[in-house]
Amino acid sequence: MNLGYYPGCSLHGSSDDYQQSLKACLGALGVSLKELDDWICCGATAAHTLNRKLSIALPARNLALAARQGCDELLAPCSMCSLQLKKARKAMAEDLALSAEMATIVEAKPGGARVLNLIEALERVGLETIKTAVKTPLKDFKVACYYGCLLTRPPKVAEFDDCEQPESMERIVSALGATPVAWNYKTECCGAGMTMASEETVLELSHKILADAAAHGAQSIAVACPMCHVNLDMKQSAIEARYGSRYGMTIYYLCDLVGLALGLTPRALGINRHFAGRTA
Amino acid sequence: MSRIGVFVCWCGENIARVVDVDRVVEEVAKLPGVRCAVNYKYMCSEPGQTMIRERIAAEKLDGVVVASCSPHMHLKTFRKAAQAAGLNPYLLEVANIREQCSWVHSDRNQATEKAIELIRISVAKVKNNHALEPIKVPVTRRAMVVGGGVAGIQAALDIADAGYEVVMVEREPSIGGKMAGLSETFPTLDCSQCILTPRMVDVGQHPRIKLYTYSEVEAVEGFVGNFEVTVRQKARYVDITKCTGCGECSKACPLKKNKSEFDFGMGTRPAIYMPFPQAVPARPVIDKNVCAMLTRGKCGVCAKKCAAGAINYKDEDKLVKEKVGAVVLATGYKLYSIGKQAGPIAGYGEYGYGKYKDVIDSLQFERLLSASGPTSGKVKRPSDGATPKNVVFISCVGSRDNAKGLTYCSKICCMYTAKHTMLYKHKVHDGQAHVFYMDIRSAGKNYDEFVRRAIEQDGAKYYRGRVSKITEQDGKLIVRGADTLAGEPVTIEADLVVLAAAMRPADGVTELAQKLNVGCDQFGFLMESHPKLRPVETNTAGVYICGAAQAPKDIPESVAQASAAASKVQITLSAAELTREPEIARIDEKLCAACFRCYEACPYHAIEKAEVRNRKGELVKRTARVNPGLCMGCGTCVSVCPSKNADIEGFTEQETYAMIESLI
Repeated sequence: MNLGYYPGCSLHGSSDDYQQSLKACLGALGVSLKELDDWICCGATAAHTLNRKLSIALPARNLALAARQGCDELLAPCSMCSLQLKKARKAMAEDLALSAEMATIVEAKPGGARVLNLIEALERVGLETIKTAVKTPLKDFKVACYYGCLLTRPPKVAEFDDCEQPESMERIVSALGATPVAWNYKTECCGAGMTMASEETVLELSHKILADAAAHGAQSIAVACPMCHVNLDMKQSAIEARYGSRYGMTIYYLCDLVGLALGLTPRALGINRHFAGRTA
Repeated sequence: MSRIGVFVCWCGENIARVVDVDRVVEEVAKLPGVRCAVNYKYMCSEPGQTMIRERIAAEKLDGVVVASCSPHMHLKTFRKAAQAAGLNPYLLEVANIREQCSWVHSDRNQATEKAIELIRISVAKVKNNHALEPIKVPVTRRAMVVGGGVAGIQAALDIADAGYEVVMVEREPSIGGKMAGLSETFPTLDCSQCILTPRMVDVGQHPRIKLYTYSEVEAVEGFVGNFEVTVRQKARYVDITKCTGCGECSKACPLKKNKSEFDFGMGTRPAIYMPFPQAVPARPVIDKNVCAMLTRGKCGVCAKKCAAGAINYKDEDKLVKEKVGAVVLATGYKLYSIGKQAGPIAGYGEYGYGKYKDVIDSLQFERLLSASGPTSGKVKRPSDGATPKNVVFISCVGSRDNAKGLTYCSKICCMYTAKHTMLYKHKVHDGQAHVFYMDIRSAGKNYDEFVRRAIEQDGAKYYRGRVSKITEQDGKLIVRGADTLAGEPVTIEADLVVLAAAMRPADGVTELAQKLNVGCDQFGFLMESHPKLRPVETNTAGVYICGAAQAPKDIPESVAQASAAASKVQITLSAAELTREPEIARIDEKLCAACFRCYEACPYHAIEKAEVRNRKGELVKRTARVNPGLCMGCGTCVSVCPSKNADIEGFTEQETYAMIESLI
């Protein structure tokens, strides 16, 4: 299977470990990723708080590139990127005037490549395919599946799973032989980009997530977003120091878990590059 | 030569401000056939009507045009005046120079010209009008009430007490509806069962009420005064004429752990059951989906226990036909299925309804409060049976929420939530009720006082704001919300959460409405004919509505509306014959080629395929024939008839072409 690949700024920067894991995992599943040539930033948090037109034009340009490069399905592993791309695609489909404007600004047309987040891409591969490809079932893994605030929201844009009580990641984790735990904070915010402006906010919010996951018996947390990983993994020691608790919670990218079940080594998946947890 | 009178109304200033009524009179008096033309300040008033009557007599008028407001407003008024003066009312026409002229124009000259034109075409029409006589249709002087909740019960009893027979059709095994399951009612806290069950008994024993329970309306044919309704009596597997209601069968049934519909899943019932002990009729029914005998052919315990031999496992649905003259729809409501609704109004997954056992809806809480409920009126939470010490009530779950699809206010939730906090406090003295609300809407007699009492005397804590999320931790429900008056977030560790879910029309109402040609609004509530002046009528003659099927409403309002519908039914049934407007389709049967395009096109099924036979009984020809009881005069048949033999009385092609010609 071929998928277009839009890494976004994170996977080319601070979350290079995510990219390493993604490529290893999907490669093992027979998916070849074709990175979009000449892609630009999706606009992330900055664009849509400043200028709506800009916030559509940036992802629209990437969609236009995908169309020109013959890509039908575009994987954006960062939840902010996938949301911005989905938002632009939806806005152009619904607003003909905006669509005409985008045609002049960034030569974008409505329609084009379907945007997939990581979970959707794995669903596209197929739960059954994944299940049969599992070599070492993750028997002893008790995992809290964490979606964060963006994967399911806003529901009319994300068009993905139940907005408040999603279950799609749990289905994948179960297919790997691991046990997903029932917990409360799957769709709460980790603090996201506030990590730059107000670290305390992030420590407080991410602490609640770690505490709830631990209270419900999770030994690790699965994420599908680079920002969530930064806050829960890199900041974990700061959280522990501030709240005087010890979690030692491994934060896996969802593709890490798939990769481990497929028999890939932690090193191959870049798990050794994480900060927190037992395998660190 | 015609002798036509034109009466131009000023409508106070409404018309006269924009239209020069003196010039209008001057001009239209010159039209050929116009005998006299006058204007007056209020033509609909008594002096105005007198003027019309006197002129008709004095000038021997054979046609009248009143230039005034829309015919919707006063056509009937003016036609009555004409009739009083001895003129056939259908020889009077209204030219609308208010809504279609003075109200929408500002240029006086142009508006005056337009008014003159409008009158000219009406004069041309009146010249071609001919006298019509109202249609008489016989009336079956009995009524059907669909739905046996408090509204249906009230309507049925009122109609029956007035001396007419009533057929009541109820879908559930017992009448009583939602009210039978409520605990106590606002604002007086009188027990719901104590006030309803005697009324249920009245229905069951009334000599003029025929009761079909566990039955649904299958099909409806006919028209006002002459409906024929097919009722499907669902297989009950119990012969209710033999059964004595002793209850031995339910006691003996081995399959006791089925969720009770009457308790909204808070309690259980056997496979053969009466929904509640006070049911009317006090007869059980077998749930065919769980009964071991009906699903696997093994068991038969209830039949062995039944001394009356009333159990019949081979029972089948039966179709019966009932002739009635009028129908009342009182089908009631259901609650919004929180977080489980299919389609665009899915929402509130964040409250975890269905996921956390101790998050329940308001009707479920009613059952926990009710003396006849599964906990005998003790407040015990579903998960572990413990008495909850902190209960959070959330109002407007689904109501007034544009994002989740239901824009309307469910009207009764503010009141019953206040009642819930009170009843809870009366039962759990050391408990604390917390209410999250958007606004408190408590308009009604003694209603606001009731809410104040809940807050001031019974100590309910009210927070103006929404709840964003409910999570579960160590057996507690963590409710996170906002207090927008204090401007701060609130977190409450609750033992029980009660969601005041939006009221929605009962399942199947749209299908039922289609069978009766009754409209539904965008949310599926039944449509009244006019929101203010015809609130219990529908656009189908002889079909009336009441209760929560029309819109969310409380018990007093449902009862009042039911009595209103009953009085409308009595008007319909009061005469042996009904008169209908004669402006309906007419088919020239001599020329009809029997292609039956009109038969297929008619939206009211008012056209029949008829045969014309000579006196020897030999078939002479086939023809389409209009049923004057059903025809609504829409004119669809006129437009599809290839040989131009269909016409609408009062709007004939001749009249219409005369109007057009007068303009050219």
